[in-house]
Amino acid sequence: MSVRRLAKEQPASFAFSKDTKAKAEWWIKKYPENRRQSAVIPILWLVQKQEGWVSEPAIRAIGELLGMPFIRVLEVATFYTMFMLEPVGKTALIQVCGTTPCMLRGANELMKVCKEKIGPKDHLSADGRFTWQEVECLGACSNAPMAQINDYYFEDLTPETIGQIIDDFAAGKTPKPGSYQGRATSEPAGGAKTLLDPKLYDGSAAKPIKKLPNSDPAPVEKAPA
Amino acid sequence: MVGILEDKDRIFTNLYGFQDWTLDGAKKRGAWNATKDMLDLGRDWIINNVKASGLRGRGGAGFSTGLKWSFMPKEVKDRPHYLVVNADESEPGTCKDREIMRHDPQLLIEGCLIASFAMQAHACYIYLRGEYVLERERMEAAVKQAYEAKLIGKDNVHGWDFDVYIHHGAGAYICGEETALLESLEGKKGQPRLKPPFPAGAGLYGCPTTVNNVESIAVVGTILRRGAGWFAGFGRPNNTGTKLMAISGHVNAPCVVEEAMSIPLRQLLEEHCGGVRGGWDNLKAIIPGGSSVPLITREMSETALMDFDSLREMRSGLGTAAVIVMDNSTDLVKAIARISYFYKHESCGQCTPCREGTGWMWRVLERMAVGEADPSEIDLLLDVAGQVEGHTICALGDAAAWPVQGLIRHFRHEIEERIANYRSRRANFAGHAIAAE
Repeated sequence: MSVRRLAKEQPASFAFSKDTKAKAEWWIKKYPENRRQSAVIPILWLVQKQEGWVSEPAIRAIGELLGMPFIRVLEVATFYTMFMLEPVGKTALIQVCGTTPCMLRGANELMKVCKEKIGPKDHLSADGRFTWQEVECLGACSNAPMAQINDYYFEDLTPETIGQIIDDFAAGKTPKPGSYQGRATSEPAGGAKTLLDPKLYDGSAAKPIKKLPNSDPAPVEKAPA
Repeated sequence: MVGILEDKDRIFTNLYGFQDWTLDGAKKRGAWNATKDMLDLGRDWIINNVKASGLRGRGGAGFSTGLKWSFMPKEVKDRPHYLVVNADESEPGTCKDREIMRHDPQLLIEGCLIASFAMQAHACYIYLRGEYVLERERMEAAVKQAYEAKLIGKDNVHGWDFDVYIHHGAGAYICGEETALLESLEGKKGQPRLKPPFPAGAGLYGCPTTVNNVESIAVVGTILRRGAGWFAGFGRPNNTGTKLMAISGHVNAPCVVEEAMSIPLRQLLEEHCGGVRGGWDNLKAIIPGGSSVPLITREMSETALMDFDSLREMRSGLGTAAVIVMDNSTDLVKAIARISYFYKHESCGQCTPCREGTGWMWRVLERMAVGEADPSEIDLLLDVAGQVEGHTICALGDAAAWPVQGLIRHFRHEIEERIANYRSRRANFAGHAIAAE
């Protein structure tokens, strides 16, 4: 379990932006009429996108919007670790995956670089622009080690590349997510060894199927003579 | 050719995203072909064929997918039926569903329609893990395209009113457990429910619900198009089909690849992943099915087949077929300690054995990793792991215990050496045990 509490310093108020409100309504419509509560996680996420973190006044506002007791929203906000309960770096929130598959391929070295460049983990950097964290498996293990920066995955990293990425963010650039080893996605380095047959892509699979396999009526069993 | 499976028999033809992921591209590769005919053949035909294909759930547990579907009530009564797709892919080592969602989303949506029809559900929720932002954007776009083409939605071309909704979580591994996922989808903390009632009786909003893994659903369309016999032709009996396998760790070229079930583990690594770093002899251990399953040694990896039965015989498991390879440079105790930390972090806190036990096991393993422990604590650790296993509402307790048990089963000597080394460096070692806390 991870123990998480609300920040000591809280803003006086919170208001949904027009855009957040519209998106929240769109989410609420996905669920049955009397199940508005289902939208709580997506809406907490929208609020985090708007403000950068989740504050207590925001939690109350969401409770009102969804007709939920505040404590239920608070429970959700503290249970799910993607919700930042205090302000994080505005330029970049760097979440380095530290779980075993990434660890085996050098996640600890990436974290050293983050520490040198940004400071201790889970703390806002001195200039308020960066926060880095160690997080649990992000599900991109074949592209380890990797980090999620703001919303997207930066994969196949080395201490050098993550250092460069941090520098680029600091310089106001927007580094591109994806593999930093020249891979397209999760094919083996050096190029895919499968899915090379051109017949897969010539449209032959889209030709009408006259009769599906096993679609004959079941044969009637003959009565024993 | 590499591996066993030929290109012509691959289901996920855009696994690496080299082709067009949109509806047009997917249709060209065969998605949505003859889907209407499948529905016209009826529910029983679909369920019987999925059963006959031998498809076992791809999310880790390996339960027969067709059989699971048949547990849903035969008649829709006062409560609607739901299909919920588990796309909360978080098991360390696993990164396969991600490739389906970002590169072949139409196969998943088509599967959702077929499965929902078979279970008489008019609505399906796909629960993605929150971190998969790109994948979610892709899925939303793909769902929109399917609606616009009238493949799904009200009065669609298939004659079965059907809605797909994308939902997302926010970073809790436990929401991959089906009842925790349902709790989360209802807007609560993701704490697993006691079973029974099973979701097929009372699931989402108290209604009959089936929860399936992304891959289990996404393969259904192709299975029905090409025939249950075709799918059942791969792998050994009881372990049939093709399977996405994700290889990570110390191989020369980690990757995700679709292979035939029962492919020898060594062949998988050598032909698809460029072999173990430093050669096969440099291999130390492999976790063959995601962090929850016990590791196996090099000797065992020599003969292991990537299927449910072979790995179960080795007291490990296929899980999600997420192969984590560790070579001789690996500090195994540390690697498993990191897995224990993962479970400590992800325990939902509901059951005492898991909430307290996961943290306890992690702290002891961290000490053992430096050797600062008493040899008797190895048995104590085993004992505690046994007390967590099987004594919790959900399987997270088991999942936390198994890697620890696997480590001690095969590499006990390594922990003992570590402790002996630590002591030999301290001449005046007091010899007393240090409390776990």
